Amino acid sequence: MATSSVKPRIKLDKKEAKQGDIVEVKALVSHVMETGQRKSADGNVIPRKILNKFTCTVNGKEVFSADFEPAVSANPYIQFKFKATESGPVVLTWIDDDGSKIVGEDSIKVI
Amino acid sequence: MSAFITRRQAFMAGAAAVAAATLGQSITPAFAANNIDEMTKAFTGGAKPVAGKVKLDLPEIAENGNTVPITVSVDSPMTDKDYVSDVIILADGNPNAGVATFHFSPASGVAEANTRIRLANTQNIVAIAKTNDGKFYTASKEVKVTIGGCGG
Repeated sequence: MATSSVKPRIKLDKKEAKQGDIVEVKALVSHVMETGQRKSADGNVIPRKILNKFTCTVNGKEVFSADFEPAVSANPYIQFKFKATESGPVVLTWIDDDGSKIVGEDSIKVI
Repeated sequence: MSAFITRRQAFMAGAAAVAAATLGQSITPAFAANNIDEMTKAFTGGAKPVAGKVKLDLPEIAENGNTVPITVSVDSPMTDKDYVSDVIILADGNPNAGVATFHFSPASGVAEANTRIRLANTQNIVAIAKTNDGKFYTASKEVKVTIGGCGG
């Protein structure tokens, strides 16, 4: 599926971690998160369009994921933690209702 | 204003069901106007969540219901044998009760997540955690909302 050009903002609280350290990830992505509850000025319901799924993998292994409902705010923010066990890319993926993806990447080095 | 109509309709339709429904101790019947009971049942498979272990951090008063910070954390060792696998967040006063579901694993290290949510009005937020061995824990908190988050 198409990958969106939207660049998420991702921040890890450390670049290098010892084996077993807890790393905190903060991420913010621009998205309207249209609920499907609102009506436009002409009375038509504005169709729902949200990011419904979020996944984080570290070195290819999933460490955290989330399902979002329309009750998640516009420009969704997510903060979570993972246990550092191996170095590698930290890949964050959001999936839109229309099937497109927003992907962001950082990395962690385990020393 | 459409939010009001749908909510009123939902409330009237739900009124009979509310009277008959078996509610969790953490849920105030008067507020159970949306699909929170069905969502709870779908998540727990009918099991009754026990109060405790879950910590829900939300402001007492949210001035803007469009973006309310929420932190949920669960007391768990997060080892391969004993960990929290899923946490669902439900809101009993929104048009739909579902807010978000977080999926953890031992690789998460800590069962904690933070996001920002929309709240239509003053209501209870409920978090239910599921452990790998099929136990359920819950916590709830009331948030007073000054300006609703559904464009009403």
